[in-house]
Amino acid sequence: MGRYVVRRLLQAIPVLLGTTFLIFTLVYWLPGDPIQALAGDRAVDPVFRATMREMFHLDEPLVVQYGYYIQGILSGDFGTTFRGLPVSTIFEGKFQITLNLAMMALVIEAIVGIGLGLIAALRRGKAADTAILAFTLLLVSIPTLVSGFVLQLVLGLQLKTSTGIDFFPVAGTSEGWRSYLLPGIVLAGTSIAYLTRLTRTSLMETLRADYVRTAVAKGMPRRRVLGRHALRNSLIPLVTYLGADLGTLMSGAVITETIFNLNGIGRQLVDSVYLSENSVVVGIVTVLVLIFIAANLIVDLLYAVLDPRIRYE
Amino acid sequence: MKNPSVDTHLLPADSGSIGTEPLLAVDNLHVEFTTRQGVARAVNGVSYALNAGETLAVLGESGSGKSVTAQAIMGILDMPPARIPKGEIRFRGTDLLQLSEAQRSQIRGQQIAMIFQDALSALNPVFTVGWQIAEMFRVHKGMSKKAAYAKAVELMDRVRIPAAKQRVNDYPHQFSGGMRQRIMIAMSIALDPDVLIADEPTTALDVTVQAQIMELLAELQRESNMGMILITHDLGVVADVADKIAVMYGGRIVENAPVHDIYRNAAHPYTKGLLESIPRVDMKGQELYAIKGLPPNLLDMPTGCAFHPRCPFRQDDCVTDVPALHEISGTRSSACHYWREVLDGTAG
Amino acid sequence: MSDTLTEQKPKSVKPPKQKKPASLWSDAWYDLRRSKVFIIAAVMIAVLVVMSIIPGLFSSVNAFDPTTCDLTKARQGVSAAHIFGTDNQGCDTYSRVIYGARISIMVGVFSTLVTTLIGGLLGLLAGFYGRWTDTILSRVAEIFFAIPSTLGALLILALVGRENAGIWTVVVALSVLAWPMVLRIMRAAVMSAKSQDYVLAARALGAGPGRLMGRHILPNALAPVIVVATMNMGVFIAAEAALSFLGVGIQSPDISWGLMIADARNRFLQAPEALLFPALFLSLTVLAFVMLGDAVRDALDPKLR
Repeated sequence: MGRYVVRRLLQAIPVLLGTTFLIFTLVYWLPGDPIQALAGDRAVDPVFRATMREMFHLDEPLVVQYGYYIQGILSGDFGTTFRGLPVSTIFEGKFQITLNLAMMALVIEAIVGIGLGLIAALRRGKAADTAILAFTLLLVSIPTLVSGFVLQLVLGLQLKTSTGIDFFPVAGTSEGWRSYLLPGIVLAGTSIAYLTRLTRTSLMETLRADYVRTAVAKGMPRRRVLGRHALRNSLIPLVTYLGADLGTLMSGAVITETIFNLNGIGRQLVDSVYLSENSVVVGIVTVLVLIFIAANLIVDLLYAVLDPRIRYE
Repeated sequence: MKNPSVDTHLLPADSGSIGTEPLLAVDNLHVEFTTRQGVARAVNGVSYALNAGETLAVLGESGSGKSVTAQAIMGILDMPPARIPKGEIRFRGTDLLQLSEAQRSQIRGQQIAMIFQDALSALNPVFTVGWQIAEMFRVHKGMSKKAAYAKAVELMDRVRIPAAKQRVNDYPHQFSGGMRQRIMIAMSIALDPDVLIADEPTTALDVTVQAQIMELLAELQRESNMGMILITHDLGVVADVADKIAVMYGGRIVENAPVHDIYRNAAHPYTKGLLESIPRVDMKGQELYAIKGLPPNLLDMPTGCAFHPRCPFRQDDCVTDVPALHEISGTRSSACHYWREVLDGTAG
Repeated sequence: MSDTLTEQKPKSVKPPKQKKPASLWSDAWYDLRRSKVFIIAAVMIAVLVVMSIIPGLFSSVNAFDPTTCDLTKARQGVSAAHIFGTDNQGCDTYSRVIYGARISIMVGVFSTLVTTLIGGLLGLLAGFYGRWTDTILSRVAEIFFAIPSTLGALLILALVGRENAGIWTVVVALSVLAWPMVLRIMRAAVMSAKSQDYVLAARALGAGPGRLMGRHILPNALAPVIVVATMNMGVFIAAEAALSFLGVGIQSPDISWGLMIADARNRFLQAPEALLFPALFLSLTVLAFVMLGDAVRDALDPKLR
């Protein structure tokens, strides 16, 4: 186990260096003048420009600039905003909102996705299975962009006007955990579909496995065969999928936060893009990518805990 | 036992000794599978019987129906796609096919147990071997965790796994192939079953380990007087352990005989072919015989005798008439129109 | 060998009517023609493709002509003159939705082409040559893979700037981060095809690397790549809408469903039609490609069903 963890941690280092370098190279190569962007639409004083280029090491070669960038990341410096504040101050409060949203989506995804997947697998080929598969097809096909607005309209407003039920706040975070309910459902949408299908195939595969047949041959009651022997094995890919999905959900929260006016880092990203505040954009993307990589790393370690074949490698 | 009513009035413990009823009797069993391409008749009227302390070897190639018959006895066929339209499986006089699922799961593992071919995939990878053996005692006997684990160690000792006490908390993948099969055996004999079905128990193992496992099985059988059904495609494995042999082809039994009779002289061309395809020291240098052609397609069985497309002694009526199982002697039968000729070597 | 039927079904049982040896492709085509999902998806896609090539067939109003818009008729509901209503500028939503198909289809098709060609070629090389070729390509792919693709595309487009944004920048931004997925799949498929007996035999008979890859490996490794490519098409279309919605993708006066949704957003509650109709078309388009991908996967790999 120890060796596996160390090896996996070491493997993560080149990926971290590689992705940050990739992001940095994109910034370096792509058109767009960072100083001009800093000044907005006003003309830039040449002296100021020279000072800034010096200050941000813009005249150094790519690799040297990358060195400064990495040095910054390691010391928690993700760049500077418009007003000269460190990008990291922007995360205060906003990070929590995005994390809340992603967690809400994850909980919804786990309950609905695993639940539907189990039903589908146990009723394989029956009407319930077909209906659930069709439902996942629909879920995958409706982009967040669409489901966000439609649910806002139907659940948030029409439900209130027609029945008086005001359960789903449609914007902001003033209502505590309920504020995250509707955006959570929207954000979870596609993931629910994937998790449902993964659960279905995973359980169907384990149900066909020889060791499940052995459990039946041992005279174990059906409940125990399913609940202990089959489920324990089919859960492994599901738990790892969910873990990795936390990173995906956080980085995918951009649209959902925009639609539901949640003041998280996704929305901040969009605002910064709109204001051409590229240093903030790069800073936020870097953080999200790091979270994404970290989530995948944690999942791999989790895998080892769940599957003894890897634990004792 | 969790459900004492089952074994008191359905399975009287001494009914095996009443009259001529054997311990386990398969009678005219039919099994078919519904597939997208049609109905595959995997087992077509198989009958065999097993007495306590006896070993019956069921011989045949893939698709002959030997494993399907065993799975029907265990009640572990997936139904659907499988279906049992006809036949009886009597255990101590009771037809298992008439029992409820709950009653059958009381018999499985406790009175009829099974060993599978590939122990690595047949053991659950995420539980320790101790847990998997102890489960038998915990679920069927309601034992405490501690007592059940002690029993598990005892069993691992009995199947001669070295350092059983230390290894009880290891996972299946940490054992060698032979050791894994021993664990499978320990699990199957945990509750002293009356019948043990071993489905190609040594096929996945090295030759040296094969012999050890077969020896272990034979020894355990002698100690406990169980009846054993040994399913195999390998005639070589059978000679030392089996008392009688049933040869299957295309879902039917083509020859039934005491083991020594068959080795002396086959009464069915298929058995003859099998015997001649065993490498033998005294035939060194000669070309090894192989049965020509392919096993029959279960969806599209040949007319008449299922073996006729591959039979070197084929006559016209083999193509049209299904041969009955002719009784040759009290213990021997053959499903060949020309068994006499095959037996005295004048056929063909 | 265990002789359970399920195991030997695929080998010994062939559809009885088929005379010629059934290849993967002819089997798949046989299955596809009988799949309702495939037929529905194919019809939907065919209509969308025609719509994107000749939008005039579906709409008498040219959506690119600003004189067709009438500000005094902005944000109207469904009527006989405007069956999908009108938007903020008083333009006919129906004709704009029809004309918007082109961008979606083009982004979907071209992003899929680029990623499949690049990822497929590199995957073929990595899988075929193995060793350091594989190590380098796989490591590089892993790095690209670690950046969520919509997020990466957003970054790229933000850096490129709105003044340079357009259909081709969107295609590039989406493709830059999506090709490694194709590489992974192609690599795995090639590696398993490579160890098949007939490939080993061809190699032993002296077939060169080009012939091995082209004649023996590629045809047998293509199936999973085709499945993923089909499914990606829908993913790219949804991503384009999201990027355009966020303001970094397609820019006005081009017409994109994502852009239409963004425009209608602020008046969504007063005039939901202007948002819901492009949203409906977007969902139907994605649905068509997802269904197509599903049907193709079922036909090419019955095991996954």
